[in-house]
Amino acid sequence: MTTTTTTTAGGIQAVKPTVASHIRDYWGRVRGGDLGSLPAVLGLLVLALIFGVARSDTFLSALNFANLFTQSAQVVFIAMGLVFVLLLGEIDLSAGFASGVCGAVMAILLTNHGLPWYVAIPAAMLAGIVIGLMLGVLVAKLGIPSFVVTLAAFLGFQGVLLTMLKGGQNISITDEFVKSLNNGNLSTAWSWGLAILAVVGYAGIQLNRVRSRAARNLITDPIGIVLFRIGGLAVLLFAATAVLTQERAINPAINSLKGVPIVVPIIAIAMIIWSFVLGRTTYGRHVYAVGGNTEAARRAGIPVDRIRISVFVICSFMASIGGILVVSRASSVDPNTGGSNILLYSVGAAVIGGTSLFGGKGKVINAVIGGAVIAVIDNGMGLMGFSSGQKYIFTGLVLLAAASVDALARRRASATGS
Amino acid sequence: MAATPLLELRGIDKSFGPVQVLHDVGLSVYPGEVTALVGDNGAGKSTLVKCISGIYPIDGGTVTFEGNEVAIHSPRDASALGIEVVYQDLALCDNLDIVQNMFLGREKTSGIVLDEATMEEMAGETLRSLSVRTVKSLRQLVASLSGGQRQTVAIAKAVLWNSRVVILDEPTAALGVAQTAQVLELVRRLADNGLGVVLISHNMNDVFAVSDRIAALYLGRMAAQVKASDVTHSQIVELITGGRSGNLGLPAEKPSEFIDITPGEAQ
Ligand SMILES: Nc1ncnc2c1ncn2[C@@H]1O[C@H](COP(=O)(O)OP(=O)(O)O)[C@@H](O)[C@H]1O
Ligand SMILES: [Mg+2]
Repeated sequence: MTTTTTTTAGGIQAVKPTVASHIRDYWGRVRGGDLGSLPAVLGLLVLALIFGVARSDTFLSALNFANLFTQSAQVVFIAMGLVFVLLLGEIDLSAGFASGVCGAVMAILLTNHGLPWYVAIPAAMLAGIVIGLMLGVLVAKLGIPSFVVTLAAFLGFQGVLLTMLKGGQNISITDEFVKSLNNGNLSTAWSWGLAILAVVGYAGIQLNRVRSRAARNLITDPIGIVLFRIGGLAVLLFAATAVLTQERAINPAINSLKGVPIVVPIIAIAMIIWSFVLGRTTYGRHVYAVGGNTEAARRAGIPVDRIRISVFVICSFMASIGGILVVSRASSVDPNTGGSNILLYSVGAAVIGGTSLFGGKGKVINAVIGGAVIAVIDNGMGLMGFSSGQKYIFTGLVLLAAASVDALARRRASATGS
Repeated sequence: MAATPLLELRGIDKSFGPVQVLHDVGLSVYPGEVTALVGDNGAGKSTLVKCISGIYPIDGGTVTFEGNEVAIHSPRDASALGIEVVYQDLALCDNLDIVQNMFLGREKTSGIVLDEATMEEMAGETLRSLSVRTVKSLRQLVASLSGGQRQTVAIAKAVLWNSRVVILDEPTAALGVAQTAQVLELVRRLADNGLGVVLISHNMNDVFAVSDRIAALYLGRMAAQVKASDVTHSQIVELITGGRSGNLGLPAEKPSEFIDITPGEAQ
């Protein structure tokens, strides 16, 4: 193996990475405890394989595949928001019921007040922002541990939801636009168009990055790795699109059912925006810094309190979208919307996907991958005839395993570092 | 060397609640010189540094920078003047890489997007100007660096901003022999580049190896500030442990500072 040395970035000698050295570096990071989403991706493959073999007729059907997205949308949205909170080493236990409250705000405005969706949806999102602001101020300014603040809010919002629903009524919605958000599908043309756009866009960004860094004589990822990433995304998206554009109605003559669920691009857009914010903006950098070493961040002049408040705002805001989507799916809201296992599944999704409970480590995509793991367990075990009790026990064990991986990785990192 | 100090403190007082930690402290920092700040554990060295950098507000006294009196209320104010501190407890984020740490709080952007390429170039140039060639990649996480490398990153972070004064709080305390030598060499190089350097250290060998002046703090009071060439090891040790050495240092404690317990006209 020949390695070429290059002098870059103002004269620092560096080894020009090859595909082999890139893989070696990655493996080194994994061994050093930086596993990221690797365990979740492997887990997802294993689970899909098991359920696919055991229930090939149902689990592997296009209908079931589409259901995975619509069923898990709420959890995935809350989990994406929770990543920000977890990055600071905080927790938001109220996000589940916050999403229920926001969903109820929308339903009440739509149904009881007859307002259009373009008023009701922003109002629900605003409710989420206000809730997050409240939680964040209590944590950052009064210094109450987030565990306590959000535990109180968990109870409180449950009560708020019950009160809003006049002691337990169901409120149904009839607005077609809202219902389509988490029930509708894109046309076949739109499905393929967006998939191609996503791959082309990703390829453009990746290749442009390599080109501009190379032009400035900075080290770039080897082109083989970049092409592999682009190819991987293309295979994944095109295969999923091919499956989802199949007819999946039981009786297509009555009601045709095909196309990528509308909620998929909604999740994708949220993931792209928040990944951009976290990875490419000053704000995101400061979130990581506060999560990694609050004192260092403070000394660097970062407004720590404002960052702390902002992550709760983002979390509750994302929970509000989760609430909108779950109300859309059920076409109604009830006192348990956002209750039962939603919050625990959301925390589980973020952590299983590779977000650290100790703060400072995690990505938005972790929430999506972890959400997929939870959705597959919930869905697959259901199809195999396991009871709810058994599903909860297994999901709990998976969460525990993910948290153990996190804790062990942290130990390992402190052993290999410094 | 230059006759006018770059940074001058006069009469600094600082209390934490009822405990007065700094009493009437003065200190002068000259460009192109290493000023060692010595003192026993708890003498108030770190507190003094945090007062200079705006982490703690001062209760009294003046800070003069390049002849102008300045008010430093936050680390940002200090940075704006060109005063940078390398803290004893390294202010680095383990979960960020070298470049990210060096630019923390002062990231370069183009539009709303972080300008990683420019930051990487500038970080590389700074490390090269300090003749640092010991890091594998600028994108290494700080968690994976050795103690000496981390210290190097912290120092490089301090000089990245055309700073005028760099204050280092016990930069070698946790390092082995070879890494200590490396860091001291780096400290000397900062002064040779024209910066005013304040080096806090416990180790007399380190102090005499690199410093031009020595300021000794004793129980929150400045016992003496002298040229390193004018004093011996043992004189400095006396100043540290007793606050005085021969005609150097604090005056002998005045009787008035003792409580009179002789019986008599007690109220
Ligand atoms: N934040 C604080 N609150 C109260 N007392 C403090 C604080 N920081 C330092 N001190 C006290 O001030 C004195 C000087 O401490 P420090 O400046 O850390 O000394 P040094 O760095 O010289 O070892 C010590 O007695 C210490 O206990
Ligand atoms: Mg100290």
